[in-house]
Amino acid sequence: MTVSWLDLRRIVVAALVAVLLLLPLYSWASGDAFALTLFTRILILALAASSLNLILGYGGMMSFGHAAYLGIGGYAIGILADAGVTSGFVQWPIALAVSALFALAIGALSLRTRGVYFIMITLAFAQMIYYVASGLDAYGGDDGLTIYRRSTFAGLIDLSDKVQFYYLCLALLLGSLYGLWRLVNARFGLVIQGVRSNERRMRAIGFPVYRYKLACFVIAGTLCGLAGALLANHTDFVSPAMMYWTRSGDLIVMVVLGGMGSLFGPLIGAVALLVLEEALSRVTEYWQIVLGPMLLLVVLFARGGIDGLIALARHD
Amino acid sequence: MLLLLEQCLNGLQFGLLLFLLAAGLTLVFGIMDLVNLAHGSLYMMGAYFAATFVERTGSFVAGCVMALVATLVLGIVVEIVALRRLYGRDHLDHVLGTFGLILFFNELVRLIWGPAGLTLPLPGWLSISVELIPGIYYPTYRLAIIATALLVGISLYLVVMRTRLGMLIRAGASNREMVGALGIDIRLLYTLVFGLGAALAGLAGLMQAPILTVQIGMGENILILAFVVIVIGGIGSIRGAFIAAVFVGLVDTVGRAFLPDLLRLLLSASAASTAARALSSMLIYLVMAVVLVVRPAGLFPAPGR
Repeated sequence: MTVSWLDLRRIVVAALVAVLLLLPLYSWASGDAFALTLFTRILILALAASSLNLILGYGGMMSFGHAAYLGIGGYAIGILADAGVTSGFVQWPIALAVSALFALAIGALSLRTRGVYFIMITLAFAQMIYYVASGLDAYGGDDGLTIYRRSTFAGLIDLSDKVQFYYLCLALLLGSLYGLWRLVNARFGLVIQGVRSNERRMRAIGFPVYRYKLACFVIAGTLCGLAGALLANHTDFVSPAMMYWTRSGDLIVMVVLGGMGSLFGPLIGAVALLVLEEALSRVTEYWQIVLGPMLLLVVLFARGGIDGLIALARHD
Repeated sequence: MLLLLEQCLNGLQFGLLLFLLAAGLTLVFGIMDLVNLAHGSLYMMGAYFAATFVERTGSFVAGCVMALVATLVLGIVVEIVALRRLYGRDHLDHVLGTFGLILFFNELVRLIWGPAGLTLPLPGWLSISVELIPGIYYPTYRLAIIATALLVGISLYLVVMRTRLGMLIRAGASNREMVGALGIDIRLLYTLVFGLGAALAGLAGLMQAPILTVQIGMGENILILAFVVIVIGGIGSIRGAFIAAVFVGLVDTVGRAFLPDLLRLLLSASAASTAARALSSMLIYLVMAVVLVVRPAGLFPAPGR
């Protein structure tokens, strides 16, 4: 009895989740505190990449400015903390609401265009927000803003505790993935995927395509704002650099590397990219000279990403 | 009033530089349907080549000509090795592949020239100012940029509209299969167009180099401005790129110069300087947003697109 491809994919995902669940144990046993920090970061960026996957992979909306919401969520936390508001029950809903509002405004304008115009206008809006953040002299400008106290949750959970924070990130990631899974398989998600395949036909059938796409865009932006709030708490620091356009590029790389339009693809992609970065940067200072051509090769020869390769393995 | 004139000239000069960059970008997109993020890397390479060759040869003009040729060759090599395989693929593939190229070029530059920036000193005859009208002095070099860019822009227009090569380029943009069916080597045409775009980007880079420092990542910010230009102008349209580039250059430069004073009339001094900094960086993006709301395909959309 051979293993069917579906099972293989499930095995890979289950193994990955098991590794993520047990990682703090490894970190504690081996004394390798860095692994925990690295993987906390991976989980947060995987959450951001998963939110991008919703519009890019399922909705076919090629946003090149998704890192903006990382920054918006992060700055919401940073600015509130600076003003003395450290309660997460206040900070986090505000961070999400602000991200949603920005996504609504950006999406409402950007979604009037399509194709390459959409790529460039989302990029331009993200750069605009980047420059606004650089101009916020009261909050550090270019140099960024240090957060002296992480969000507090009335003693329920201590974000300064690395293991607790790690599990919070993991829980939020898995919870979000479950939510996304429900969403893309619900009527809403089917409409969105229909729009990706043939927008004109969906419009002819009578779906208000623009509103569906906008709602999808706002959901993705809000979820990425959550990742931004986590990232701000993780690094205790926010700066314009976290929404520089190459960051948006990194998120796209994660989604495509892992496999677009696959639920666990962005998580696999985030793990692969960041672990690869870490490994390459230990070998050579000039690791990007390897990573760049590698990306080109993935684009040319492995279009389905890692998830696609796993699916291909059924032929062997 | 004198200041306004000077800032307008600066804006014109910046806009024309943007045009050189945007023209290559819009040609490559209009004809090969390729989104080339690495265009900014060619701009950067042009500046680095110029700084190196000028230092080696000791002659500004000779160094710049060599840098131009080097960028042209580099563009052709990049097209043949990598980008040729991306034609006809999804735009997402273009974005990712050329994003990889950016990482590669940035790191290559760091490897070869080191992390510190270079400078490209001007020769004596370009580093003086001339009196334009009584009382107004303007740097010769900036005038030279304006003249060169105008000359290149006019030649580009003549080549595209009046020569056989230009006819093939326009034909390739509207129907590539038909051009191929008529016996034209479309691959060679594409390589030539890409090389031309690369040379234009290199020219913009080396002309900007003496004004700013030559450094890693210098192509990225200006690349995004060039994107804004072609989005406003209408993708694939050289005329649109020209008008939008000059417009964006003027709005950006004049906005940066006068917004602080303008806002000081309304706000307190410190609030005005903060607001002006943020607003002047945002200004052209706001313009772009307004243009896209009114005309989602840009001001001068290329026909048949």
